[in-house]
Amino acid sequence: MKKPYQKAWFFVLPVLLLVAFNALIPMMTVVNYSVQETFGNNLFFWEGLGWFEKLLHSERFHAALGRQFLFTAIILAIEVPLGIIIALSMPRSGFWVPVCLVTMALPMLIPWNVVGAMWNIFTLPDIGLLGYLMNHTLGIAYDMTQNPFAAWATIIVMDVWHWTSLVVLLSYAGLVSIPDAYYQAAKIDGASNWAVFRYIQLPKMKQVLTIAILLRFMDSFNIYTEVFVLTGGGPGNSTTLLSIDLVKIALGQFDLGPAAAMSLIYFAITLFVSWLFYTLMTKDDTN
Amino acid sequence: MTLELKDVTKSVDGVTHIKQTSLTLEAGHFNVLLGQTGAGKTSLIKMMAGLDPIAGGQIFMDGQDVTKLSTQKRNISLVHQFFVNYPHMTVFDNIASPLKVAGMVKSEIQGRVEEAADILQLRPMLNRRPQELSGGQQQRTALARAIAKESRAVFLDEPLANLDYKLREELREQLPELFAGRGAVVVYATSEPEEALLLGGYTALMDDGCVTQFGPTAEIYRNPHNLASAQVFSSPPINAATITKQGARATLDATTSWPLTGDTANLQDGQYIIAIRPNHISPNPTEQTSVTLTGTVLVTELSGSESSAHFEMGDHTWVSLAHGTHPYKIGEARNFYMDPSACFYFTPDGSLVA
Repeated sequence: MKKPYQKAWFFVLPVLLLVAFNALIPMMTVVNYSVQETFGNNLFFWEGLGWFEKLLHSERFHAALGRQFLFTAIILAIEVPLGIIIALSMPRSGFWVPVCLVTMALPMLIPWNVVGAMWNIFTLPDIGLLGYLMNHTLGIAYDMTQNPFAAWATIIVMDVWHWTSLVVLLSYAGLVSIPDAYYQAAKIDGASNWAVFRYIQLPKMKQVLTIAILLRFMDSFNIYTEVFVLTGGGPGNSTTLLSIDLVKIALGQFDLGPAAAMSLIYFAITLFVSWLFYTLMTKDDTN
Repeated sequence: MTLELKDVTKSVDGVTHIKQTSLTLEAGHFNVLLGQTGAGKTSLIKMMAGLDPIAGGQIFMDGQDVTKLSTQKRNISLVHQFFVNYPHMTVFDNIASPLKVAGMVKSEIQGRVEEAADILQLRPMLNRRPQELSGGQQQRTALARAIAKESRAVFLDEPLANLDYKLREELREQLPELFAGRGAVVVYATSEPEEALLLGGYTALMDDGCVTQFGPTAEIYRNPHNLASAQVFSSPPINAATITKQGARATLDATTSWPLTGDTANLQDGQYIIAIRPNHISPNPTEQTSVTLTGTVLVTELSGSESSAHFEMGDHTWVSLAHGTHPYKIGEARNFYMDPSACFYFTPDGSLVA
């Protein structure tokens, strides 16, 4: 038998180094913090799994995690169907295609903190366009700095505005890749518009939708900047999502140990749910 | 079932694709649309299927005006040249798809799909996906879908063009019996004259967006009504040239002329176009071949049982097709022998005179 070509390992080495520097080493620092307690001055004391235990029993953590899941669930429930509907109603050819595509891409080009600031001003009750319109023209009391429900509605609308385009663009890419022949075949079969969507468009969009859902899950589950700039986590703690709480603990209170433990749990949840989505959505392809 | 086209036309952005066409297609035999690529076969099929809007005219199915009826409601089947199956569905689901859409009960779907699968020998593949099948099996799946659905009209748009030779012959033999007795109007588009002859039935010859002739296949092969029909329905291409008729003699060039008899002798003197099929020009003299042609051999082709030679004669390049193998040499000047009684005579504008 021929000896395996061992030199191939050398070619993998640069990737290993890269991954080590941008993922493994920072991650290990976090792991290191998560099992220790510090009082500053670079003094560390062994804590074991204590932080994890306390965190998993902490009501504050449960509440923030719950808010985070609620936010992501609402985001996905709105953005995915809405994105598909918009993609379906976009023209497939002609003058309006680039117009639609650029319009769709615009919100995504705006930096996250700018989005937060924009919406902050937009919703100010007395001078913001939306705030003024709601309070003074329509007569609906709306102040997201006072009312938790208004705050939630605002962060959700903001995210929908900012990120639905991603689902639209990916779905659209999937849709335009469907050859005309399939639509013709469906017409000849006598299929209704719903059947065409269910049996032709949706299966053809499945791969890009998997990516869209994964990206939207990860981004919305890890969302920080926009919400923080807009509401600062308030009013009260009503919009304190997990990421905002994490930054409060790590940088506000300088509790490095609990913050590190929380980061790891946060990471594990993101990873697990992403894996779950991916496995569920690609299940049919393998058998 | 009857499918009737009445003065239908089609144009896209001011360009006419189908000129005013009327056709009545019946069930019970194949209706072949024969024409070269770009002649308008696919356009005509898409119009009949309702996939493309028509610019003018009407379409009737069994007397019912379906011109404005959507494809979904016409109850038809269509098999393309390229294999169109739903990639994410099994062969079973592909064949069953029109039946499911029609709301048929499960047990009946099962029966129909299995029947179609048996006819097309797809039984063992029912649980596979289209991409796991060979080209021939994929096209058979598409055909099975057309059979399982009891449609009023079945359109086959060059369904065998992308299959290899052997499969093509096999499927072509099966096709007429597959659709026999189903009551559907079967329309089969092809660019190959042999295919039309093999399938029999009726043939509509198409050229440049026009149906030039329609009738029983063998009959229109024997009696083309115009030069375009004679040209469409000939492979290798029919030989054509201008002759001068004077008295009872036709003159092709300085050295070639022949006596005219019967109807042709009574024609008015003047210029005519003759067309003669390559198989009536032989490399060896026979009893019928009374006219000798002299030409330079340009290209020769040998297909086993037949050999053809393209030869240059004055301004024309003609083709001879003969049984057996013949030792042609490229560039040699040699004699070919023509049977003048097999000539079609057309006026200079292309209509048949004798």
